[in-house]
Amino acid sequence: MSIKGKAYIAGVYEHPIRRADDKSIPQLHAEVAKGVLADAGLSKNDVDGYFCASDAPGLGPINMVDYLGLKVRHVDSTDIGGSSYVMHVGHAAEAIAAGKCNVALITLAGRPKADGMATGTAPRIFGLTPDLPFEFPFGPVTVNMYGMAAMRHMHQYGTTSEQLAWIRVAASHHAQHNPHAVMRDVVTVEEVVNSPMISDPLHRLDCCVISDGGGAIIVTRPEIAKSLKRPLVKVLGAGEAPKGQMGGKLDLTTTAAAWSGPAAFEEAGVKPADIQYASIYDSFTITVLLQLEDLGFCKKGEGGKFVSDGNLISGVGKLPFNTDGGGLCNNHPSNRGGLTKVVEAVRQLRNEAHPKVQVKNCALALAHGTGGSIGTRHGGATLIMERE
Amino acid sequence: MSVKERKIPAPTVYPETQVYWEAAVQGKLMIKRCAACGEYHHYPRSICPFCFSDKTEWREAAGKGEIYTYSVMRRLEIPYAIAYVTLEEGVSMMTNIVDCDLDTIRIGQKVRVVFRPSDGGPPVPMFAPI
Ligand SMILES: [Zn+2]
Repeated sequence: MSIKGKAYIAGVYEHPIRRADDKSIPQLHAEVAKGVLADAGLSKNDVDGYFCASDAPGLGPINMVDYLGLKVRHVDSTDIGGSSYVMHVGHAAEAIAAGKCNVALITLAGRPKADGMATGTAPRIFGLTPDLPFEFPFGPVTVNMYGMAAMRHMHQYGTTSEQLAWIRVAASHHAQHNPHAVMRDVVTVEEVVNSPMISDPLHRLDCCVISDGGGAIIVTRPEIAKSLKRPLVKVLGAGEAPKGQMGGKLDLTTTAAAWSGPAAFEEAGVKPADIQYASIYDSFTITVLLQLEDLGFCKKGEGGKFVSDGNLISGVGKLPFNTDGGGLCNNHPSNRGGLTKVVEAVRQLRNEAHPKVQVKNCALALAHGTGGSIGTRHGGATLIMERE
Repeated sequence: MSVKERKIPAPTVYPETQVYWEAAVQGKLMIKRCAACGEYHHYPRSICPFCFSDKTEWREAAGKGEIYTYSVMRRLEIPYAIAYVTLEEGVSMMTNIVDCDLDTIRIGQKVRVVFRPSDGGPPVPMFAPI
């Protein structure tokens, strides 16, 4: 069984807030749920499936379904880090195809900025994992894990800091048109490589922003989507994969996208060259580069050349990406950038992106997320969508 | 000149990997080898991640390898180099590179194991350039 054409994205919403000192995390979940229902033209009582990840406090759906006052017959809180919500769209399509729900609500919210979280430089512990004693003493934090992947890619393929910087430059060109973006200034390659070094070879401007807020997505049966007044965005294919250290036979230059991407393309029946717009997870510049290679937009090792000279800038290059400014410039709510990746892809397919960055006649788009850490273990989720 | 040292958090010792930490106290680096498929793996498990056999055995590693990758964290009070070292036995392990100028570290550099005390736990394996 395939999910191709079995479900549509009927609503998307990104909270405009970027710093939420006076709001709780559940409150932000409720606000994005309200926002997405308004976008879709549905009401709370239409929702019969609920999806969330571990940014939702407590036991995920148990606490949130009660708080939101939902009555649902299907829940899913599978967590693969920041890529969870890209995957949830595929899971929602599966549930809809299997008759388990008709209207699936996916929410994400958090406030790391208001809570003063040292997102990039503080250790992250997820319970007594088997790997913990063999890693934690050595000071793994988010940024040095991605730094190690970047160092290896540079060593193996000759990738340069200037090439990585082009990814930030492209994102900044898009963010200048987004009034909600945390960082709206257009930056140059020189400004990126001259920004302070955080952990070799990643500079401050190679890192995403830290922001509060969240977002939500509604996935429905085809008949329901067609009864609404919004442009039709069909789910064509999805792929998901966890990738780790492979028993010590390490390869830090390849991500889970090398597995989730081909699965999604096969289900969708399209090729990387057919994609007109791509939302690519951008926790760091290196994240984007690795995923572009693994998804097949260019050959392994040629990502540096591919992203150079503005090739990711809408209206300039071959593959417009993250036209909202992405996690690098716009928003990385709850330190989880997957949901907003789907949101901007849907805006592009609906012709609702900012006119300065809108891709002409955008009919086929991809969103890809990477959650966890590419330096140790991470999840990848790929989603391919079509404008009908 | 006294160099400020980063406090090393103590590793949690699980029953499954107790032998590893007991050997560390003796200054020995142990790795797991599977008797069924012959493969080494790291971090150590009781059941082989390659063939799922439970015939895994502890072996003392030669304690030598080369740097697969590294990153020097510059934003914290005490800069340090995190790395993966690929051992002669073929597996890569997360570690720190120590006893050298952090700016001279290179991928491919030959290193040997040195044990460093942790804060209230067994010593942990780090690596120094040969
Ligand atoms: Zn085996």
